[in-house]
Amino acid sequence: MQGFWRRFLRNPRVALGLLWLAFIVALAVGAQIFAPVSPFAIVAKPFEPPLGDFLFGTDSLGRDLMSGLIHGARTSLLIAIIATLAAVAFGTLVGALAGFYGGFVDDALMRITEFFQTIPSFIFAIVLVAILAPSGTSLVIAIATVSWPPIARVVRGEVLTIKSREFVQAAIVAGQRDIAILLGQVLPNTLSPLIVIGSLLVANAILIESALSFLGLGAPNLMSWGFQIGAGRPFLRDAWWLVTVPGVAILLTVLSINLVGEGLNDALNPRLRDL
Amino acid sequence: MSDPVLRIENLTVSLPSWADRPRAVDGVCLEVMRKEILCVVGESGSGKSVMCKSILRLLPEPHVRISAGRIIYEGQDLLALPDEGMRSIRGGRIAMIFQEPMVALNPLMTVGRQTDEIIEAHTTLRPADRRKRIVEVFGDVRLPDSVRLLSSYPHELSGGQRQRVMIAMALVLEPALIIADEPTTALDVTTQAQILKLLKELQAKHGTAIMFITHDFGVVAEIADRVAVMRHGALVEHGHVGDVLTHPQHAYTRALIAAVPSLMPRHVLRASDTTQPKSNLLAITDLKKSYASRGGAFSLTRERVRAVAGVCLDVPKGRSLALVGESGSGKSTLARCIVGLERPDAGAIRLEGTDIAGLSRAGMRPYRKALQMVFQDPFASLNPRWRVGDIIAQGPIVNGTPRAIALQEARELLRLVGLDPKVADRYPHEFSGGQRQRIGIARALAVKPKLIVADEPVSALDVSVQKQVLDLLDELRTTFELSMLFITHDLRVAAHVCEEIAVMKDGAIVEHGSTADIFARPQHDYTKTLLASVPGRAWQSKCATR
Repeated sequence: MQGFWRRFLRNPRVALGLLWLAFIVALAVGAQIFAPVSPFAIVAKPFEPPLGDFLFGTDSLGRDLMSGLIHGARTSLLIAIIATLAAVAFGTLVGALAGFYGGFVDDALMRITEFFQTIPSFIFAIVLVAILAPSGTSLVIAIATVSWPPIARVVRGEVLTIKSREFVQAAIVAGQRDIAILLGQVLPNTLSPLIVIGSLLVANAILIESALSFLGLGAPNLMSWGFQIGAGRPFLRDAWWLVTVPGVAILLTVLSINLVGEGLNDALNPRLRDL
Repeated sequence: MSDPVLRIENLTVSLPSWADRPRAVDGVCLEVMRKEILCVVGESGSGKSVMCKSILRLLPEPHVRISAGRIIYEGQDLLALPDEGMRSIRGGRIAMIFQEPMVALNPLMTVGRQTDEIIEAHTTLRPADRRKRIVEVFGDVRLPDSVRLLSSYPHELSGGQRQRVMIAMALVLEPALIIADEPTTALDVTTQAQILKLLKELQAKHGTAIMFITHDFGVVAEIADRVAVMRHGALVEHGHVGDVLTHPQHAYTRALIAAVPSLMPRHVLRASDTTQPKSNLLAITDLKKSYASRGGAFSLTRERVRAVAGVCLDVPKGRSLALVGESGSGKSTLARCIVGLERPDAGAIRLEGTDIAGLSRAGMRPYRKALQMVFQDPFASLNPRWRVGDIIAQGPIVNGTPRAIALQEARELLRLVGLDPKVADRYPHEFSGGQRQRIGIARALAVKPKLIVADEPVSALDVSVQKQVLDLLDELRTTFELSMLFITHDLRVAAHVCEEIAVMKDGAIVEHGSTADIFARPQHDYTKTLLASVPGRAWQSKCATR
């Protein structure tokens, strides 16, 4: 385990990614302290350029862009993380059952998974939010619903290979029950690919959340990066910073998560890189 | 005979920082003479494979790299050669035979085409001539119907045929040196004997030098002209095969030779044992098990493969019975039926009179305690995320023993199998193959079973470690008054631990009797073939009579 942390933290790309993520998480957690004024409050005249009274200027209604960014970080991260956790939990359940029991259970669950996979995920998410009425909860549901199938597939594959290992047979011979074997013997061994795919999924969830908010399908009373871009889009030629600043924030955050996710993968499977 | 084809001078191969030692090969000097077979012997991790790979520049660089030394092949320093020059040496002048022919052959290409590629890459022969050469070399390695075989894919061939194709591919350009990395380890004993005989003949016919890597001194006795023994990356002894086998100088060589299980049965049944019929612990009658081979989603006919076809077998109390057969003979399926990992189609398995065949998972649970299994692969049979103590205590805990007591017993068992009780807090990856197999044995003993089914428990281990594990099993069997069903493909191993042998072929028992009887007077033709195939048989009987 020591080797893992050394490999993980010594990777310069991981260090950069973690640094940025730590910064964003700190902003999100301390949003009330860093930006005590509501991000929807009108604080100055519209279209103040950056580096004046306000670091990133103001938007078309005179709202502080910086405050919006800080509160947006909170919304984006929260929704992305909760949606990912939900997707991982559900995907793991489906994948584990399918892989472990095989036969009819496997066929049935995998056909359902394929059904979800064949629908274009972003359009499906739009439809779901439109049906459920835009809110934080429906965003989480929509993102989780379109994100779980790949997880179910990965877990099923892992369970299939681990199930045939002899230590699982030894547990059967010892008289352990199915559920104990699945939870105690099989699933812990699927953790490393699950951690990697889960971390990359967070980045994907941020992108979906931003895209939905951009389209006006985000939570109406929550400031988010996607919403800021959507609101700033009509003024792209007059006030470039309205879309650029939140866009760069999304870019850097998603990039950091990807770097950390890949770093996790390299650190968990050190042999893979050498061969 | 005196001029070397290959001279390795002071070869040193460095390992990356996270490896368990700094150098895989440490200052090895070795010569392979023209027209000789040099066997390189050593346990796994001795650096013998790395040395061979470094000759052909197949090391996973940059992590594993040659840090010093020279490799002179026919007067040329291979290490100084550019990649371009190396390519013409590989395959053309030095050929390699790998351990696992199924992995070494491309599954999407016919074997004829794969052989053709080698000639195409190294010569300017026309297609018709190339084809003639391939048919010729396929005939050389005794592949039946060689013209038809050209258009076969690797999966259509048997393991022995695949290895013959590999040898044909190595021979096709008449290289001066063939490097064979454990070419028979993955094969059955009978196939191994055929391949060894073939290699010896071909080597005499073509005058090729062969560098043969193995861990089995039985194989060495069959094939070698000279032997080099390696340990921890260094050469400990080398010399003529007769000298090394009869007068080994180094203590390590002596230990390796002593570890080869002999064909002399150790457990001889006394007359009183045979006359007094012992009560049977396990009685199997007419057991059948077949698998449906899936012929694609749309095929209407489902072929069934009969793995076990009507087996009757008794395991007496306190006896140890070896079930010997080739891969595919159904011996593993039979074992899995007995411990309840598979449900037989028909027949009865009586454990002290109670029929346990066909019981459901839940119905089987009360009988699990009596039947335990030791598995083949020590690296797959222990959960990498569990502590050793928990692995051993798992069975008793499931059966209702309080955790603290079960863990205490686990420590005691660790001591019994020759490990430090303190290791209970460690994880499996910290142990070697032999140690892991000891842990697997401790796990099987933890629920105090009556019968242990051991499925090839030593076939994944080095010969030197094999003996220790076999001796341990033998000792524990008497201490715990266990019966044992020992599944193996190696008659030497069976002779070492079992009083009785049952020979299995194509899902049926063809011969069953006491070990001494079967070795002295084999009845069935197949048993005779098996006995004749044991590597190093002539050498061993010579040793025994001396």
